[in-house]
Amino acid sequence: MIFPFLMPYEALAVNILIFGLFAMGFNLLFGYMGLLSFGHAAFLGIGGYLTGISIVHYSLPWGLAILIGVIGAAIGGLLMGFLATRTRGIYFSMVTLALGQIVYFIFYKAESLTGGENGLRGVRVDNFEIFGIPVDLLNPLAKYYVILFFVVLAIWLISRILNSPLGAVMEAIRENEKRAAACGYDVARTKLLVFILSAAICGLAGSLRALHLSIVPIDSLNYLQSGQAVMMSILGGMGTFFGPFVGAAVMLFLEDIVTGYTKHWMAVVGIVFMFFVLFFPKGIWGSILSKLHISQDSSQ
Amino acid sequence: MTSKHEMPILEARNISKSFGKFKALKDVSTRFMPGTLTAIIGPNGAGKSTFFNVLSGAFPPSSGEILFNGKNITGLAQHEFARIGISKSFQITNVFKQLTVHENVRVAAQMETSRYNFLTNAKHYPRPIELADQLLKRVNLEHLRNKKTGDLAHGQQRALEIAMALACNPSLLLLDEPTAGMSPEETLVMMELIRTLATERTVILVEHKMKLIMGLCERIIVLHHGEFLAEGTPTDIQNNAEVRRVYLGQG
Repeated sequence: MIFPFLMPYEALAVNILIFGLFAMGFNLLFGYMGLLSFGHAAFLGIGGYLTGISIVHYSLPWGLAILIGVIGAAIGGLLMGFLATRTRGIYFSMVTLALGQIVYFIFYKAESLTGGENGLRGVRVDNFEIFGIPVDLLNPLAKYYVILFFVVLAIWLISRILNSPLGAVMEAIRENEKRAAACGYDVARTKLLVFILSAAICGLAGSLRALHLSIVPIDSLNYLQSGQAVMMSILGGMGTFFGPFVGAAVMLFLEDIVTGYTKHWMAVVGIVFMFFVLFFPKGIWGSILSKLHISQDSSQ
Repeated sequence: MTSKHEMPILEARNISKSFGKFKALKDVSTRFMPGTLTAIIGPNGAGKSTFFNVLSGAFPPSSGEILFNGKNITGLAQHEFARIGISKSFQITNVFKQLTVHENVRVAAQMETSRYNFLTNAKHYPRPIELADQLLKRVNLEHLRNKKTGDLAHGQQRALEIAMALACNPSLLLLDEPTAGMSPEETLVMMELIRTLATERTVILVEHKMKLIMGLCERIIVLHHGEFLAEGTPTDIQNNAEVRRVYLGQG
């Protein structure tokens, strides 16, 4: 709750929440299931655009707009997952990358709906109310708490997924597909289910980002966003519960500081990233956990 | 031994399997009666493992049929074999190394009740948890319950895999060289475990240590160069001139 006051300004805190959630949703598939997707920008983008389009073009209430964004991302996850989970290893990553690019071009070309290159502008929610309490979204702190509410809700959902029977099956499949199949699990179907869950969570991150920025930039769909999810997860600690969130916070904070000095902030972030990969392969959060001898594979 | 009217639990009809041009199995037919303990043996390259993999659903045969309780199950996927009651352990240990010992068995045990449930806490399903504890006791691993599986000794991991194979309460248990890489003491314990398992269900095992199975099995099937060579009681097999020539003579 005091987090926004520790940051240089609230917008950065909101950004960390959104990308922290994005990375955690991605990590469900990457860290816990062992599938490296390079197409998750698609879900950030689909969530953002569908929420934005619902508000801008159809004047739908914000709650419904978010729901449409999340469901749209889940359907996107179903389609991408259906094709991608038929392949393994590097082919899985390449198929997700290619499908992610297809999504990029579909939204890029549908200019009348999405604004094309300029992004979708004017995602504004006037008279925003949550449980009957009016909230002024133009007040950055108020906006922060609204987004915090949704992010905490989603993180709670992720922790439920990981502590459920399916949570153990996901890790079992990551550890040994052959054994999981011999235990009676339909490996392809489980992968698809987790792919959809992961896509829906990343879609929510996209929806929240649309509300936060009042615009859906086309860069939401850029493959660099997918790469960012990978980097955040690894930097924070893949397969740990809060690792990707920590990774997102560190990366965005660094980016914010370094851009004040040089526009080549990526080089600095890259060096920090390599330092951690080489010397702390468990990531920041993962290394802290193992120092404290805490089991890394659950949120308990 | 068994009455001719009784239906075999598993029947292989004219099974062939080719990998490219190499014929690993040539027209193998045999039957396994319910409640029996059968060993499949043969020298290296005899096709034992291929036959095991076909019988346990790892891959389908190139031609031929597999019948389980009279029903054709040829071509079913690996997970479907487990669901109809055919369970297996692998020649190379396959366990979930990052999970705890108990989680390994629990995952196997929860398959029936809560396969795709992703919202309820796993603690709310007491049955798989209790079953996992019972099975760990059975294979003498209960003291390692909360240890990370990757930290277990090889023999313990093999025992754990047996517990996992038992978790879906299979009517047919297939074991591929269950004592591979085990110390003599561990081997004795494993053999004793297999003996008691065989009193509850049908067991088929692949083994190449002849001495081990002679006192254990009721029936032995011998493969050689991918072909069916002989079958019978351990005494029959020991006295079979052809088997002695291709197999026993070497060791």
